[in-house]
Amino acid sequence: MRLTQGQFSFLPDFSDDDIRIQAQYAIDNGWAVSVEYTDDPHPRNTYWEMWGHPMFDNPDAAAVVFEVNECRKEHGGEYIRVIAFDASPGWESIRMSFIVNRPKDEPGFRVVRQEVDGRAIRYTIESYAVREPEGQRYA
Amino acid sequence: MNDQSDIERPTTVDLAAAFEESGVRDILQELDETMIGLAPVKQRIRETAALLLVDRARQQMGLSSETPTLHMSFTGNPGTGKTTVALKMASLLHRLGYVRKGHLVTVTRDDLVGQYIGHTAPKTKEVLKKAMGGVLFIDEAYYLYRPENERDYGQEAIEILLQVMENNRDDLVVIMAGYADRMDRFFNANPGFRSRMAHHIEFPDYTDEELDQIAGVMLNGLGYRFDQGGEKAMEEYIRLRRVQPHFANARSVRNALDRARLRQANRLFNEAKGPLDARALSTISEPDIRASRVFQGGLDVDRKPATGAA
Repeated sequence: MRLTQGQFSFLPDFSDDDIRIQAQYAIDNGWAVSVEYTDDPHPRNTYWEMWGHPMFDNPDAAAVVFEVNECRKEHGGEYIRVIAFDASPGWESIRMSFIVNRPKDEPGFRVVRQEVDGRAIRYTIESYAVREPEGQRYA
Repeated sequence: MNDQSDIERPTTVDLAAAFEESGVRDILQELDETMIGLAPVKQRIRETAALLLVDRARQQMGLSSETPTLHMSFTGNPGTGKTTVALKMASLLHRLGYVRKGHLVTVTRDDLVGQYIGHTAPKTKEVLKKAMGGVLFIDEAYYLYRPENERDYGQEAIEILLQVMENNRDDLVVIMAGYADRMDRFFNANPGFRSRMAHHIEFPDYTDEELDQIAGVMLNGLGYRFDQGGEKAMEEYIRLRRVQPHFANARSVRNALDRARLRQANRLFNEAKGPLDARALSTISEPDIRASRVFQGGLDVDRKPATGAA
Protein backbone atom coordinates (compact mmCIF):
# COMPACT_ATOMS: atom_id res chain seq x y z
CA MET A 1 0.00 0.00 0.00
CA ARG A 2 1.51 3.29 -1.09
CA LEU A 3 1.92 5.77 1.73
CA THR A 4 0.19 9.04 0.91
CA GLN A 5 1.34 11.81 3.22
CA GLY A 6 2.23 15.40 2.54
CA GLN A 7 2.30 16.89 -0.91
CA PHE A 8 2.59 15.15 -4.26
CA SER A 9 2.10 11.69 -2.75
CA PHE A 10 -0.42 10.63 -5.39
CA LEU A 11 2.02 11.52 -8.16
CA PRO A 12 4.70 9.19 -9.47
CA ASP A 13 7.94 9.27 -7.51
CA PHE A 14 10.01 12.41 -7.94
CA SER A 15 13.23 12.48 -9.90
CA ASP A 16 16.17 14.41 -8.47
CA ASP A 17 15.33 17.25 -10.79
CA ASP A 18 11.75 17.41 -9.54
CA ILE A 19 13.04 17.53 -5.97
CA ARG A 20 15.43 20.31 -6.88
CA ILE A 21 12.72 22.42 -8.45
CA GLN A 22 10.36 22.03 -5.49
CA ALA A 23 13.13 22.71 -2.98
CA GLN A 24 14.21 25.75 -4.97
CA TYR A 25 10.66 27.05 -4.76
CA ALA A 26 10.82 26.75 -0.98
CA ILE A 27 14.25 28.42 -0.80
CA ASP A 28 13.11 31.26 -3.03
CA ASN A 29 10.29 31.85 -0.58
CA GLY A 30 12.76 32.09 2.25
CA TRP A 31 11.90 28.82 3.95
CA ALA A 32 14.50 26.59 5.57
CA VAL A 33 14.59 23.22 3.87
CA SER A 34 15.59 20.08 5.69
CA VAL A 35 15.71 16.35 5.11
CA GLU A 36 14.18 13.82 7.50
CA TYR A 37 13.80 10.06 7.57
CA THR A 38 11.81 7.49 9.52
CA ASP A 39 10.85 3.84 9.61
CA ASP A 40 7.60 4.54 11.44
CA PRO A 41 5.18 5.89 8.87
CA HIS A 42 2.17 6.33 11.15
CA PRO A 43 0.35 9.47 10.03
CA ARG A 44 0.45 10.91 13.55
CA ASN A 45 4.21 10.44 13.79
CA THR A 46 5.12 14.03 13.00
CA TYR A 47 8.63 13.91 14.41
CA TRP A 48 10.86 12.14 11.96
CA GLU A 49 14.58 11.79 12.49
CA MET A 50 16.53 14.80 11.23
CA TRP A 51 19.16 14.23 8.60
CA GLY A 52 21.58 17.02 9.44
CA HIS A 53 20.56 20.54 10.27
CA PRO A 54 17.94 22.48 8.37
CA MET A 55 19.68 24.30 5.52
CA PHE A 56 19.07 27.87 6.57
CA ASP A 57 21.35 29.79 4.26
CA ASN A 58 21.86 27.73 1.17
CA PRO A 59 20.76 29.74 -1.83
CA ASP A 60 20.64 26.79 -4.19
CA ALA A 61 18.63 23.58 -4.02
CA ALA A 62 21.45 21.41 -5.35
CA ALA A 63 22.50 21.10 -1.72
CA VAL A 64 19.11 19.61 -0.84
CA VAL A 65 19.36 17.01 -3.58
CA PHE A 66 22.90 16.28 -2.43
CA GLU A 67 21.70 15.66 1.13
CA VAL A 68 18.74 13.56 -0.04
CA ASN A 69 21.15 11.33 -1.91
CA GLU A 70 23.50 11.16 1.09
CA CYS A 71 20.52 10.15 3.22
CA ARG A 72 19.48 7.55 0.66
CA LYS A 73 22.88 5.91 0.98
CA GLU A 74 22.32 5.46 4.69
CA HIS A 75 18.55 5.03 4.89
CA GLY A 76 17.60 3.99 1.38
CA GLY A 77 15.19 1.38 2.71
CA GLU A 78 13.15 3.85 4.74
CA TYR A 79 10.92 6.85 4.20
CA ILE A 80 12.71 10.12 3.50
CA ARG A 81 10.94 13.43 3.20
CA VAL A 82 11.88 17.01 2.45
CA ILE A 83 10.23 19.68 4.57
CA ALA A 84 10.30 23.43 4.30
CA PHE A 85 9.96 25.48 7.47
CA ASP A 86 8.70 29.03 7.37
CA ALA A 87 10.19 31.02 10.25
CA SER A 88 8.41 34.28 9.52
CA PRO A 89 6.41 35.64 12.48
CA GLY A 90 2.80 34.65 12.47
CA TRP A 91 3.48 31.46 10.65
CA GLU A 92 6.44 29.57 12.15
CA SER A 93 5.41 26.25 10.78
CA ILE A 94 5.88 23.74 8.03
CA ARG A 95 4.96 25.06 4.59
CA MET A 96 5.87 22.08 2.48
CA SER A 97 6.46 18.42 3.12
CA PHE A 98 6.87 15.69 0.56
CA ILE A 99 8.19 12.15 0.50
CA VAL A 100 11.22 11.62 -1.72
CA ASN A 101 12.13 8.06 -0.88
CA ARG A 102 10.12 5.05 0.21
CA PRO A 103 10.86 1.42 1.02
CA LYS A 104 10.62 -1.13 -1.78
CA ASP A 105 7.84 -2.95 -0.01
CA GLU A 106 5.23 -0.97 1.87
CA PRO A 107 3.09 -3.38 3.88
CA GLY A 108 0.50 -0.78 4.83
CA PHE A 109 -1.65 -0.49 7.92
CA ARG A 110 -4.04 -2.74 9.82
CA VAL A 111 -7.08 -1.76 11.78
CA VAL A 112 -6.77 -2.41 15.49
CA ARG A 113 -10.03 -2.92 17.39
CA GLN A 114 -9.90 -2.41 21.10
CA GLU A 115 -12.85 -3.44 23.25
CA VAL A 116 -13.49 -0.92 25.99
CA ASP A 117 -16.26 -0.13 28.45
CA GLY A 118 -18.53 -3.05 27.86
CA ARG A 119 -18.93 -3.80 24.22
CA ALA A 120 -17.80 -0.45 22.85
CA ILE A 121 -15.05 -0.62 20.24
CA ARG A 122 -12.19 1.79 19.72
CA TYR A 123 -10.55 1.78 16.36
CA THR A 124 -7.01 2.73 15.50
CA ILE A 125 -4.48 1.86 12.84
CA GLU A 126 -1.03 0.39 13.10
CA SER A 127 1.60 -0.03 10.47
CA TYR A 128 2.53 -3.64 9.85
CA ALA A 129 6.10 -2.46 9.68
CA VAL A 130 6.28 -1.36 13.31
CA ARG A 131 5.67 -4.86 14.61
CA GLU A 132 9.38 -5.37 13.97
CA PRO A 133 11.75 -3.57 16.31
CA GLU A 134 13.38 -0.37 15.12
CA GLY A 135 16.16 -0.96 12.66
CA GLN A 136 14.69 -4.22 11.41
CA ARG A 137 11.69 -2.77 9.65
CA TYR A 138 11.64 -2.77 5.88
CA ALA A 139 14.61 -5.15 5.98
CA MET B 1 19.74 16.16 -16.41
CA ASN B 2 16.95 17.24 -18.70
CA ASP B 3 15.93 14.96 -21.48
CA GLN B 4 16.25 17.19 -24.49
CA SER B 5 15.97 14.59 -27.20
CA ASP B 6 12.59 15.79 -28.36
CA ILE B 7 13.47 19.48 -28.27
CA GLU B 8 13.93 21.23 -31.57
CA ARG B 9 17.63 22.00 -32.03
CA PRO B 10 18.83 25.12 -33.83
CA THR B 11 20.89 24.45 -36.93
CA THR B 12 22.82 27.69 -36.91
CA VAL B 13 24.05 29.89 -34.13
CA ASP B 14 24.70 33.59 -33.99
CA LEU B 15 27.58 34.02 -31.57
CA ALA B 16 27.44 37.79 -31.64
CA ALA B 17 23.78 37.71 -30.66
CA ALA B 18 24.45 35.15 -27.95
CA PHE B 19 27.26 37.37 -26.70
CA GLU B 20 24.94 40.37 -26.52
CA GLU B 21 22.08 38.45 -25.05
CA SER B 22 24.01 36.76 -22.25
CA GLY B 23 25.21 40.07 -20.82
CA VAL B 24 28.78 38.84 -20.90
CA ARG B 25 29.79 42.03 -22.62
CA ASP B 26 28.75 44.09 -19.59
CA ILE B 27 30.87 41.98 -17.30
CA LEU B 28 33.91 42.15 -19.55
CA GLN B 29 33.46 45.87 -19.97
CA GLU B 30 33.10 46.33 -16.24
CA LEU B 31 36.25 44.29 -15.77
CA ASP B 32 38.10 46.51 -18.22
CA GLU B 33 36.90 49.68 -16.62
CA THR B 34 37.19 48.87 -12.96
CA MET B 35 40.36 46.81 -12.93
CA ILE B 36 43.58 48.59 -13.79
CA GLY B 37 46.36 46.69 -15.51
CA LEU B 38 46.11 42.88 -15.33
CA ALA B 39 46.23 42.63 -19.12
CA PRO B 40 47.09 38.90 -19.24
CA VAL B 41 44.32 38.11 -16.78
CA LYS B 42 41.76 40.04 -18.78
CA GLN B 43 42.95 38.27 -21.89
CA ARG B 44 42.51 34.87 -20.27
CA ILE B 45 39.05 35.74 -19.01
CA ARG B 46 38.04 36.94 -22.45
CA GLU B 47 39.27 33.66 -23.91
CA THR B 48 37.50 31.67 -21.24
CA ALA B 49 34.27 33.56 -21.88
CA ALA B 50 34.58 32.89 -25.62
CA LEU B 51 35.22 29.21 -24.99
CA LEU B 52 32.22 28.92 -22.71
CA LEU B 53 30.01 30.77 -25.15
CA VAL B 54 31.02 28.47 -27.98
CA ASP B 55 30.63 25.46 -25.73
CA ARG B 56 27.13 26.52 -24.84
CA ALA B 57 26.25 26.97 -28.50
CA ARG B 58 27.64 23.51 -29.21
CA GLN B 59 25.50 22.13 -26.45
CA GLN B 60 22.41 23.80 -27.86
CA MET B 61 23.13 22.26 -31.25
CA GLY B 62 23.64 18.88 -29.70
CA LEU B 63 27.31 18.59 -30.56
CA SER B 64 28.38 17.93 -27.02
CA SER B 65 26.58 17.20 -23.81
CA GLU B 66 29.37 17.20 -21.24
CA THR B 67 29.58 20.12 -18.87
CA PRO B 68 33.05 21.55 -19.33
CA THR B 69 35.31 21.56 -16.30
CA LEU B 70 35.30 25.06 -14.94
CA HIS B 71 37.41 24.79 -11.81
CA MET B 72 40.19 27.33 -11.84
CA SER B 73 43.30 28.31 -10.01
CA PHE B 74 44.37 31.90 -9.57
CA THR B 75 48.01 32.37 -8.71
CA GLY B 76 49.73 35.61 -7.91
CA ASN B 77 51.16 37.73 -5.17
CA PRO B 78 48.95 39.25 -2.50
CA GLY B 79 46.89 42.25 -3.47
CA THR B 80 46.83 41.52 -7.19
CA GLY B 81 43.06 41.33 -7.39
CA LYS B 82 42.40 37.61 -7.20
CA THR B 83 39.31 37.88 -5.02
CA THR B 84 37.88 40.75 -7.02
CA VAL B 85 38.34 38.85 -10.26
CA ALA B 86 36.79 35.73 -8.69
CA LEU B 87 33.70 37.79 -7.91
CA LYS B 88 33.54 38.93 -11.53
CA MET B 89 34.11 35.37 -12.67
CA ALA B 90 31.15 34.20 -10.59
CA SER B 91 28.81 36.65 -12.27
CA LEU B 92 30.31 35.82 -15.67
CA LEU B 93 29.58 32.12 -15.18
CA HIS B 94 26.13 33.00 -13.94
CA ARG B 95 25.39 35.07 -17.06
CA LEU B 96 26.58 32.21 -19.23
CA GLY B 97 24.34 29.83 -17.35
CA TYR B 98 27.07 27.60 -16.01
CA VAL B 99 26.15 28.26 -12.40
CA ARG B 100 22.59 28.81 -11.31
CA LYS B 101 22.94 31.54 -8.65
CA GLY B 102 26.31 33.14 -9.22
CA HIS B 103 27.13 33.87 -5.59
CA LEU B 104 30.69 33.69 -4.31
CA VAL B 105 31.53 31.85 -1.11
CA THR B 106 34.99 32.78 0.12
CA VAL B 107 36.66 30.36 2.50
CA THR B 108 40.08 29.61 3.91
CA ARG B 109 41.48 26.57 5.65
CA ASP B 110 39.67 27.40 8.90
CA ASP B 111 36.27 27.10 7.26
CA LEU B 112 36.96 23.67 5.81
CA VAL B 113 39.11 21.83 8.32
CA GLY B 114 37.82 20.81 11.72
CA GLN B 115 39.59 20.61 15.03
CA TYR B 116 39.05 17.00 15.96
CA ILE B 117 38.34 13.67 14.35
CA GLY B 118 35.01 13.57 12.57
CA HIS B 119 34.65 17.34 12.57
CA THR B 120 36.16 18.01 9.17
CA ALA B 121 33.77 16.13 6.90
CA PRO B 122 30.56 17.85 8.07
CA LYS B 123 32.29 21.22 8.07
CA THR B 124 33.59 20.83 4.54
CA LYS B 125 30.26 19.51 3.31
CA GLU B 126 28.42 22.40 4.92
CA VAL B 127 30.63 24.87 3.05
CA LEU B 128 30.28 22.97 -0.20
CA LYS B 129 26.51 22.95 0.14
CA LYS B 130 26.48 26.67 0.71
CA ALA B 131 28.53 27.19 -2.43
CA MET B 132 26.33 25.01 -4.62
CA GLY B 133 24.84 26.93 -7.48
CA GLY B 134 27.69 29.39 -7.21
CA VAL B 135 31.42 29.65 -6.91
CA LEU B 136 33.57 28.44 -4.04
CA PHE B 137 36.68 30.56 -3.65
CA ILE B 138 39.39 28.92 -1.54
CA ASP B 139 41.95 31.51 -0.58
CA GLU B 140 45.47 30.30 0.16
CA ALA B 141 44.44 26.79 -0.71
CA TYR B 142 47.86 25.30 -0.02
CA TYR B 143 47.28 25.59 3.72
CA LEU B 144 44.86 22.68 3.32
CA TYR B 145 47.79 20.37 2.80
CA ARG B 146 50.32 20.14 5.60
CA PRO B 147 52.79 17.40 4.80
CA GLU B 148 54.73 17.97 8.02
CA ASN B 149 51.82 16.69 10.11
CA GLU B 150 50.55 13.34 8.96
CA ARG B 151 47.56 13.51 11.28
CA ASP B 152 46.43 16.83 9.88
CA TYR B 153 42.76 16.86 8.96
CA GLY B 154 43.40 18.93 5.85
CA GLN B 155 43.82 15.75 3.84
CA GLU B 156 40.26 14.75 4.68
CA ALA B 157 38.95 18.09 3.42
CA ILE B 158 40.98 17.66 0.24
CA GLU B 159 39.46 14.24 -0.41
CA ILE B 160 35.89 15.50 0.00
CA LEU B 161 36.67 18.51 -2.11
CA LEU B 162 38.06 16.38 -4.93
CA GLN B 163 35.05 14.09 -4.81
CA VAL B 164 32.53 16.91 -4.99
CA MET B 165 34.52 18.75 -7.66
CA GLU B 166 34.24 15.65 -9.79
CA ASN B 167 30.69 14.48 -9.02
CA ASN B 168 28.89 17.79 -8.69
CA ARG B 169 30.50 19.62 -11.58
CA ASP B 170 27.10 20.96 -12.61
CA ASP B 171 26.49 22.40 -9.19
CA LEU B 172 29.56 24.35 -8.26
CA VAL B 173 32.76 25.82 -9.53
CA VAL B 174 35.84 25.84 -7.32
CA ILE B 175 38.45 28.56 -7.63
CA MET B 176 41.66 28.14 -5.68
CA ALA B 177 43.97 31.05 -5.11
CA GLY B 178 47.36 31.67 -3.61
CA TYR B 179 51.00 32.50 -4.18
CA ALA B 180 52.37 30.93 -7.34
CA ASP B 181 55.26 28.93 -5.90
CA ARG B 182 53.30 27.48 -2.99
CA MET B 183 50.37 26.66 -5.23
CA ASP B 184 52.73 24.75 -7.49
CA ARG B 185 53.98 22.74 -4.57
CA PHE B 186 50.40 22.12 -3.46
CA PHE B 187 49.41 20.87 -6.90
CA ASN B 188 52.47 18.67 -7.10
CA ALA B 189 51.58 17.06 -3.80
CA ASN B 190 47.93 16.63 -4.85
CA PRO B 191 47.98 15.80 -8.55
CA GLY B 192 44.23 15.23 -8.42
CA PHE B 193 43.68 18.95 -8.20
CA ARG B 194 45.85 19.91 -11.11
CA SER B 195 44.03 17.60 -13.48
CA ARG B 196 40.65 18.83 -12.28
CA MET B 197 41.54 22.46 -12.81
CA ALA B 198 40.86 23.49 -16.35
CA HIS B 199 42.07 27.05 -16.14
CA HIS B 200 45.22 28.29 -14.50
CA ILE B 201 45.35 32.05 -14.46
CA GLU B 202 48.44 33.95 -13.35
CA PHE B 203 48.10 37.39 -11.81
CA PRO B 204 51.13 39.58 -12.49
CA ASP B 205 52.33 42.24 -10.04
CA TYR B 206 51.16 45.75 -10.75
CA THR B 207 53.64 48.20 -12.20
CA ASP B 208 54.37 51.43 -10.34
CA GLU B 209 52.30 53.45 -12.79
CA GLU B 210 49.36 51.10 -12.38
CA LEU B 211 49.57 51.42 -8.61
CA ASP B 212 49.60 55.23 -8.94
CA GLN B 213 46.46 54.96 -10.96
CA ILE B 214 44.91 52.53 -8.46
CA ALA B 215 45.70 54.92 -5.61
CA GLY B 216 43.88 57.68 -7.50
CA VAL B 217 40.84 55.49 -8.15
CA MET B 218 40.67 54.23 -4.57
CA LEU B 219 40.92 57.73 -3.17
CA ASN B 220 38.24 58.88 -5.55
CA GLY B 221 36.00 56.08 -4.36
CA LEU B 222 36.45 57.29 -0.79
CA GLY B 223 35.58 60.84 -1.81
CA TYR B 224 39.09 62.26 -1.33
CA ARG B 225 41.65 63.73 -3.69
CA PHE B 226 45.39 64.36 -3.73
CA ASP B 227 46.84 67.79 -4.05
CA GLN B 228 49.96 68.07 -6.15
CA GLY B 229 52.44 67.45 -3.37
CA GLY B 230 50.36 64.57 -2.10
CA GLU B 231 50.31 62.86 -5.46
CA LYS B 232 54.07 63.13 -5.84
CA ALA B 233 54.59 61.82 -2.33
CA MET B 234 52.30 58.87 -3.03
CA GLU B 235 54.22 57.98 -6.17
CA GLU B 236 57.44 58.06 -4.22
CA TYR B 237 55.81 56.05 -1.44
CA ILE B 238 54.79 53.29 -3.84
CA ARG B 239 58.28 52.98 -5.25
CA LEU B 240 59.85 52.83 -1.81
CA ARG B 241 57.24 50.48 -0.43
CA ARG B 242 57.71 47.97 -3.19
CA VAL B 243 61.23 47.04 -2.15
CA GLN B 244 60.31 46.70 1.51
CA PRO B 245 59.05 43.42 2.95
CA HIS B 246 55.38 42.40 3.02
CA PHE B 247 54.53 44.44 -0.02
CA ALA B 248 51.02 43.50 -1.09
CA ASN B 249 50.39 45.50 -4.25
CA ALA B 250 46.97 47.16 -4.24
CA ARG B 251 46.33 46.14 -0.65
CA SER B 252 49.42 48.04 0.51
CA VAL B 253 48.14 51.05 -1.35
CA ARG B 254 44.76 50.76 0.33
CA ASN B 255 46.37 50.52 3.75
CA ALA B 256 48.62 53.48 3.02
CA LEU B 257 45.61 55.53 2.02
CA ASP B 258 43.74 54.53 5.16
CA ARG B 259 46.63 55.69 7.28
CA ALA B 260 46.97 58.87 5.26
CA ARG B 261 43.32 59.65 5.96
CA LEU B 262 43.98 59.11 9.63
CA ARG B 263 46.90 61.54 9.56
CA GLN B 264 44.93 64.03 7.52
CA ALA B 265 42.14 64.00 10.07
CA ASN B 266 44.65 64.46 12.83
CA ARG B 267 46.37 67.30 11.00
CA LEU B 268 43.12 69.12 10.39
CA PHE B 269 42.14 68.69 13.98
CA ASN B 270 45.39 70.12 15.29
CA GLU B 271 45.96 72.87 12.79
CA ALA B 272 42.57 74.16 11.88
CA LYS B 273 41.72 77.47 13.53
CA GLY B 274 38.67 78.56 11.63
CA PRO B 275 35.94 76.78 9.70
CA LEU B 276 37.05 74.24 7.07
CA ASP B 277 35.54 73.93 3.62
CA ALA B 278 34.76 70.71 1.78
CA ARG B 279 37.96 71.04 -0.20
CA ALA B 280 40.14 71.03 2.87
CA LEU B 281 38.26 68.09 4.33
CA SER B 282 38.78 65.94 1.27
CA THR B 283 42.35 66.77 0.30
CA ILE B 284 45.25 64.48 1.12
CA SER B 285 48.43 66.51 0.94
CA GLU B 286 52.12 65.87 1.18
CA PRO B 287 52.67 65.75 4.97
CA ASP B 288 49.92 63.10 5.34
CA ILE B 289 51.92 60.72 3.19
CA ARG B 290 55.44 61.83 4.14
CA ALA B 291 54.85 60.96 7.78
CA SER B 292 54.80 57.28 6.87
CA ARG B 293 57.52 55.03 8.27
CA VAL B 294 58.20 53.88 4.75
CA PHE B 295 60.14 57.08 4.14
CA GLN B 296 62.28 56.42 7.18
CA GLY B 297 63.44 53.17 5.71
CA GLY B 298 61.05 50.52 6.88
CA LEU B 299 58.17 49.29 8.95
CA ASP B 300 58.35 48.84 12.67
CA VAL B 301 57.32 45.23 12.38
CA ASP B 302 60.55 44.56 10.58
CA ARG B 303 62.85 46.09 13.17
CA LYS B 304 66.22 44.51 13.12
CA PRO B 305 66.50 42.06 16.01
CA ALA B 306 68.27 43.66 18.91
CA THR B 307 71.96 42.89 18.66
CA GLY B 308 73.41 40.79 21.39
CA ALA B 309 70.05 39.55 22.66
CA ALA B 310 69.48 35.80 22.58
